[in-house]
Amino acid sequence: MELNIPKDKYKKRADDAVEKSDIWIDMLKAFVVGGIICTIGQVISFGAQNIGFTKEQAGTVTSIVLILMSAVATGFGWYDNLGRWAGAGSILPITGFANSITSPAMEYKSEGLITGLGVKMFIVAGPVLVYGISASVIAGILTYLISLV
Amino acid sequence: MQFIWAFLIGGALCALGQVLIDLTKMTASRIMVTFVVAGVVLSFLGVYKPFAEFAGAGATVPLCGFGNTLYQGVKKAVMEQGLIGAFTGGLGATAGGIAAAILFGTGVAMLFSPKGKH
Repeated sequence: MELNIPKDKYKKRADDAVEKSDIWIDMLKAFVVGGIICTIGQVISFGAQNIGFTKEQAGTVTSIVLILMSAVATGFGWYDNLGRWAGAGSILPITGFANSITSPAMEYKSEGLITGLGVKMFIVAGPVLVYGISASVIAGILTYLISLV
Repeated sequence: MQFIWAFLIGGALCALGQVLIDLTKMTASRIMVTFVVAGVVLSFLGVYKPFAEFAGAGATVPLCGFGNTLYQGVKKAVMEQGLIGAFTGGLGATAGGIAAAILFGTGVAMLFSPKGKH
């Protein structure tokens, strides 16, 4: 994207646009879209339990199905359009995690399958995994130490 | 009834994230990291699991639920295998989602090209 607007002027314009967007409207949009995605997840979870998965397995099945739906929706460009409208409502569910992997993978495919797609797919998901996994290992060590006492 | 709780709680967690984005100008990756780590901490403190039993997918589908799954996997593995479980349990419990996101993300990226840009 090439805009012939000086950087400071652009920033001011962007800030004005942000201020104009009402925080309550943003919250409502995030609430509705996030709520709908979680409700779809609940439907998948009950469906998985009905066909014989345990509750724990059903959680994994739910994640996998939601991720597949999100990846395909990202491929068609639908999820990014939804994201522009829904903000956190599309970022915070697990579908947002899948979108954060699929979207840069598509975008940087032209830079090569290894250094483009393979590297850039973790541009957002990387830190999520790094800090999430690190935190869980530390918490696990603490749990172990507490169990010794 | 479970559907209503999933909608309300899942929606409320996303609305909370939206407030953080609007008030602090946090980027998407910061907000995602914050929610996952918060999920791990709340799960460690014993708060998240009962919350998830009540709210169902409303608590497990948002990314703090991913943090909860990480810690619950770690906890179970530590109870069964000791210290090594702290290193194996988290990824074991979340493997399905991570592997799916990598496979489907790669597959879709190979089949589709970005639209609506430039």
